[in-house]
Amino acid sequence: MIEALIKIAIVIGGLMTAAAYFVLLERRMAAWVQDRVGPNRVGAPLSQLNKSWKDLRLFGLGQPAADGVKFILKEEYTPAHVDKRLFVLAPISILVAALATFAVIPFGSILPPGLLSDEPIALVISPGAGVGMLVVFALSSIAVYGVILGGWASNNKYSFLGALRSSAQLIAYELPLGLGILGVILATGSLDLDKIISAQAETGWWFAFTQPLGFFVFFVAAFAEAARLPFDLPECEQELIGGYHTEYSGIKLLLFLVAEFLHMIAASFLIVMLFFGGWHFWFITGADANPGWVQAILRVAVLMTKIFLVILFFMLVRWSWPRFRFDQLMAFAWKVMLPLGLINFVAVAAIDQFRTISGNTSPGMDLLCVAVAWVICIVAWVGISFAGPLVADNRPRADLNPFDIDSQI
Amino acid sequence: MKADDPNIKWVEEPKLGLSGKMYAPMFVQGLATTFKHLKNSLQGKAVTVSYPEQEPQFDNPLIYRGVHRLNKDSQGRVKCVACFLCATACPAHCIDIIGIESPWEDREKYPESFTIDELRCIYCGMCEEACPVDAIELTSLYNLTGRSREEMIFDKEKLLSVYDATKDTEPMRSPGMGGAV
Ligand code: SF4
Ligand code: SF4
Repeated sequence: MIEALIKIAIVIGGLMTAAAYFVLLERRMAAWVQDRVGPNRVGAPLSQLNKSWKDLRLFGLGQPAADGVKFILKEEYTPAHVDKRLFVLAPISILVAALATFAVIPFGSILPPGLLSDEPIALVISPGAGVGMLVVFALSSIAVYGVILGGWASNNKYSFLGALRSSAQLIAYELPLGLGILGVILATGSLDLDKIISAQAETGWWFAFTQPLGFFVFFVAAFAEAARLPFDLPECEQELIGGYHTEYSGIKLLLFLVAEFLHMIAASFLIVMLFFGGWHFWFITGADANPGWVQAILRVAVLMTKIFLVILFFMLVRWSWPRFRFDQLMAFAWKVMLPLGLINFVAVAAIDQFRTISGNTSPGMDLLCVAVAWVICIVAWVGISFAGPLVADNRPRADLNPFDIDSQI
Repeated sequence: MKADDPNIKWVEEPKLGLSGKMYAPMFVQGLATTFKHLKNSLQGKAVTVSYPEQEPQFDNPLIYRGVHRLNKDSQGRVKCVACFLCATACPAHCIDIIGIESPWEDREKYPESFTIDELRCIYCGMCEEACPVDAIELTSLYNLTGRSREEMIFDKEKLLSVYDATKDTEPMRSPGMGGAV
C-alpha cells in the first residue's frame, strides 16, 4: 500500500515536472530549428530579493514555473452558453485518463531486495497486472471522451467541429495502433509490458528489427494518437481556430495541454517498450529477471534515455513535416495503415510458424527471419506507394456539366 | 461561379515522382533540413539579437527610420524654411510648425516652433521625403523611451540637439541643399 503510494507520488511528480520541462525543451527546439534562440532568460530573479544581486538566467530553466503561474493567474473565463458541469468535467477526465495509463507502464525493471524492502520492488505502480496493454488501450479510448465532451459542452460550432474532427482521427488511428501491437503480442504471447520487454531482452532482438512494418505502423499511429504534427488536426493552431478547446482558458486549458503532453510521453514509453527493448541494451543491462543494484539503475537510465530520444524525435518531426489534409489523414489511416498492419500481422505469424516448424534456433535463422521481415516491409511499402491512395483529386470535374455533378452527389 | 464557367483556368496537379509517392525519402529530406538548421543554431549562428546586451547592427544607418532630427546649416542655423511640406505629407498628422518671417537675408521664413509627437509618428519617412531642403531627417536611434507623453513631444531644441548628437556618425545627406551654405 505504502509502496504503491510512493510509486504514484514518484510517477505523478516526475511526469508533471517532465511535462513542464518538455514544454520548455520543445520551445527551445522550435527556436533552434527556426534559427532563433528561444526562451533563455527566466531563471532565478535574485535581484527581486536584494537589489545588489544579479538575476541568474540558468538557460531559461525558470520558464516552466513562469508559464505555470501565468496560466493559473490568467482569467479563467466560462462562457455563459456552456454546459457548466460537462465543461469542467472534460479537462479533468482527459487528464485523469492520461495519468491513469501510467499505472501499468513500467518506468524501470525491478529493484533488488534488501536495502528498501525484503521483496524485490517492481518499478511499476501496479505490478503483475497481466493485461497492461489492454488497460492502456481502454484508457486511451477514454481520452476521446474528454475531447468530445470538451467540444460538445462548449456549445460553439467551431469547438464542436473540432471535437468531431479529433474523435474521427483518434478512432481511426486506434485501429492501426492495435494492429501494430498485435504482432508484438503474437511474438511474445503476453499482454504484460514487463513480459514484452523481457522477451526482447532475452533474444537481444528488439521488435523494431524483427517486425519493421509493425513498428512503422505503430509509430505513425502513435503520432496520430498523440495528435502531434503531422497529425495535429485536433488543434491546428495555425489555421483552424484551436479545435475542441477553443472556449477554454486559464487552468482548464492548461489541463488539456498537459494531457496532450502526457499522451506524447505515454506514446514514447509504449514505442520504446514495445519496439526498442524497453530497459534493455546490449552488454550493459543484462537480461536476467533479478538484476543487481548497478544493473537495476542502469536499466532505468537506459529506459529514460531511449524515451528522451524518442521525444526529441517527436519534437523534430514537428518542424519537418507539413500537416495532412483531413481527407488524406483518413485515407492514410484506412487505405495505408490498415493494410500495412494486416500485412505485418500475417507476416509475423507466418515467420513465427516457419521458425517453429523448422525447429532451427541458430543465430543464422534469426538473421534470415529479420531479413525476410525487412523485405516484406519494403515491398509492402513500395506497393502501397504505387497504389497511391493518398493522391486524391477533390476538384469539381471540368468535363462534367453542373447537372451531372449534382446527380453524382 | 459554376464549374463550367469559361473564366476558370484548369490547372493540372503536377504528378508525384517515385520519391514523392514513397513519402519516406521526402521525409528524410525534410528532416535533414531540420537538422541543418538545428546544428547551425547550436553553433551560435541564430539570427536573434539578444537586445539589451547586444546592440542591433544596421547594414546602413542612413536609411534606418528612427527618431527625427532637424539639420543645421553651416552657420549653425536651423535649415528648415517652414514650408509645411512635411506637415502636409505626414500621414499621422504629428508635425506641428509655427512659421514666422526669418531674420536672415537668404530665406523668407523659418520655424519659430517645430514639434513632432514621436508617439503618434509611425516612422514612415514621408516627412524626410517631402522636405525640399533636407532639413528633417530620420536617424538610426531606435531605442526611444520616455516616462510621460509630454516627454515624447519633441520641440525644436530637442530635434536640433538630436542633430548635434548624431551628426558625426550619420552625416547629413545633402549638406548643400537649401539656405546659405
Ligand atoms: S515619419 Fe511619417 S509619421 Fe513620422 S513625422 Fe515623418 S511623415 Fe509623420
Ligand atoms: S522640415 Fe523641411 S518640409 Fe518640413 S517645414 Fe521645414 S523645410 Fe519644409
